[in-house]
Amino acid sequence: MISAAPAPPVTRRISTYLYRRPALALALLLAPPLIWLGVVYLGSLFSLLVQSFFSLDGFTGQVVRRFTLSTYRDLFTPANVDIILRTSGMAAAVTVAAAGAAFPIAYYMARYASPRKKALLYLAVLLPLWSSYLVRVYSWKLILAKEGILNWFVTHLRLDSAVQWALAIPGIGGPSLSVSLLGMFIVFVYVWLPYMILPIEAALERVPESLIEASGDLGARPVETFRRVVLPLALPGVVAGSIFTFSLTLGDFIVPYVLGNSALFIGQAVLAHQGTAGNIPLAAAFTVVPMVIMGGYLLAAKRAGAFDAL
Amino acid sequence: MTVSIPAVHFSRVSRSFGDVRAVDDVSLDILDGEFFTLLGPSGSGKTTCLRLIAGFDHPTSGRIELHGVEVSGLPPYERDVNTVFQDYALFPHMSVAQNVAYGLMIKRVPPHERAARVAEMLSLVQLPGLGDRRPAQLSGGQRQRVALARALVNHPRVLLLDEPLGALDLKLRQQMQLELKAIQQQVGITFVYVTHDQEEALTMSDRLGVFNAGRLEQVGAPAAVYEHPATDFVAGFVGVSNLVSGATAAAITGSPETFTIRPEKILIGDAGTTVYDGMCAADGRIQDVVYLGAHTRYRVALAQGGELTVTQQNVEATSLDVQAARDRPVRLLWQRAHNRPVTTRP
Repeated sequence: MISAAPAPPVTRRISTYLYRRPALALALLLAPPLIWLGVVYLGSLFSLLVQSFFSLDGFTGQVVRRFTLSTYRDLFTPANVDIILRTSGMAAAVTVAAAGAAFPIAYYMARYASPRKKALLYLAVLLPLWSSYLVRVYSWKLILAKEGILNWFVTHLRLDSAVQWALAIPGIGGPSLSVSLLGMFIVFVYVWLPYMILPIEAALERVPESLIEASGDLGARPVETFRRVVLPLALPGVVAGSIFTFSLTLGDFIVPYVLGNSALFIGQAVLAHQGTAGNIPLAAAFTVVPMVIMGGYLLAAKRAGAFDAL
Repeated sequence: MTVSIPAVHFSRVSRSFGDVRAVDDVSLDILDGEFFTLLGPSGSGKTTCLRLIAGFDHPTSGRIELHGVEVSGLPPYERDVNTVFQDYALFPHMSVAQNVAYGLMIKRVPPHERAARVAEMLSLVQLPGLGDRRPAQLSGGQRQRVALARALVNHPRVLLLDEPLGALDLKLRQQMQLELKAIQQQVGITFVYVTHDQEEALTMSDRLGVFNAGRLEQVGAPAAVYEHPATDFVAGFVGVSNLVSGATAAAITGSPETFTIRPEKILIGDAGTTVYDGMCAADGRIQDVVYLGAHTRYRVALAQGGELTVTQQNVEATSLDVQAARDRPVRLLWQRAHNRPVTTRP
């Protein structure tokens, strides 16, 4: 007679139970993050959207909880449109410059660097993110100041007249780089560069060497290979990186606050409306703007075939 | 020797990676219009040779000529050769037709001519009407055909194929072998084919070169290489062979010189069978029997030491019959003329 096997320990019975019910195991794994994402993240996003359809009573300063489009009417007054256009223009310029600066670095990391060098480069790209963003922005204020190191360097290269010429351009110039849109642009490109390098590097790493060889084998010079094979396949990475740089610039209020002048950016407007003025609906309407812009951008990128290679 | 200029000419070509000599002093002529196979185990230097012809890699020393013109320093895009890659290397962001048209587009061939040549090529590789698909929507065999069409559409003077059938299953591979050979005869382009599969090499090639450890061991027609292997490595790699040396060789032939004998050339006789003139014989006992359907492989331990592998067609024998042969004392017989003396490398 065969004696009954001793009952397996509880942990093993749980493992077996879950192994036979993969759907339950998956549900248990996904429930916490999904609850977080659904309730906290999407919930707050939804309440933001709802807030933007309320309005502020001008007399009492109370939020009127009734559906109205009047807040959006306020959003499109010339002063606010000015803020939106300025911020979007800055975000677009920063994105283009960051992509241009990131691509060669990412290309070198993905194709040429030895594993050791690649690790060092990863470290170098990520290192700035370990220190406080605020400290870095303020240190740039010192670098860009009239008496700062950049100006000193430029003067010694006898290029100070070129900087003066750039600062004299109305709209982007100012008394010095540390108080101008030009300086703000430099700092934005610096702080968001890692967010552009990493996705482009990841996309380039996924392009097999044999595709580049095949293009050359079929008669394409390196420039043509880059344009017809490497760039289209890296485009999803460029788009991913540009989503970061674009949306981060659209929402930022610290860099404009530290390096800007009286001309406001969206982030500052949101801060002012929900804090000082207590106009939560208008602040909410302002934050909807970047979301709409990003949605439109993604749609356009998809139309242009940026994700075809995914 | 032929007087025409060879399609590919290697003169004392070596390629080192650090201390490793991937290609070691190879001299070779591949004739215009022939189907030439570079055969060898992995790491033997055959793929490196192909990359040297394509221009993806450059020799450390030596000279490579294509149709009499030295190409040693030329990049791939300035060589009149095209490659079918092992992983096909189809551009994932382009349709099948765009993939095939790529080389023509680079050469600025007008669009209407391009379209006509792409359509013609897709029907040659039996994929008509699939031009709008993406590579990801194709099966492995179809991708392989697209890769072939993409290379052939440029009418290169030499087509390089790097184990193109490696990822396909056996049935499809055998079908593609015959198709490739037929296409080669139809277009008349020199094919240089890399494979580690000796059966594939024997099936398709006009001539083949056997590589071992970076060196070219033997060049010749399939039958010549199979029947007259120059070295023990070739004898063992191209087909299966028994290598007999030392005391065992002396006991059989009267001379200790190493020779090889193919398993299918040996007959199994009862112990004490008469040995006629011109025959070799060896007594032994059947050690092991492997039934393989069409034929059976026997491992026979010899009385004078060593063992021989013998294969026999299963003309009458069944699986049960051949299994019963285990442990039976036998006399192995074969024509002395089938012995092939070979040189052994240390």
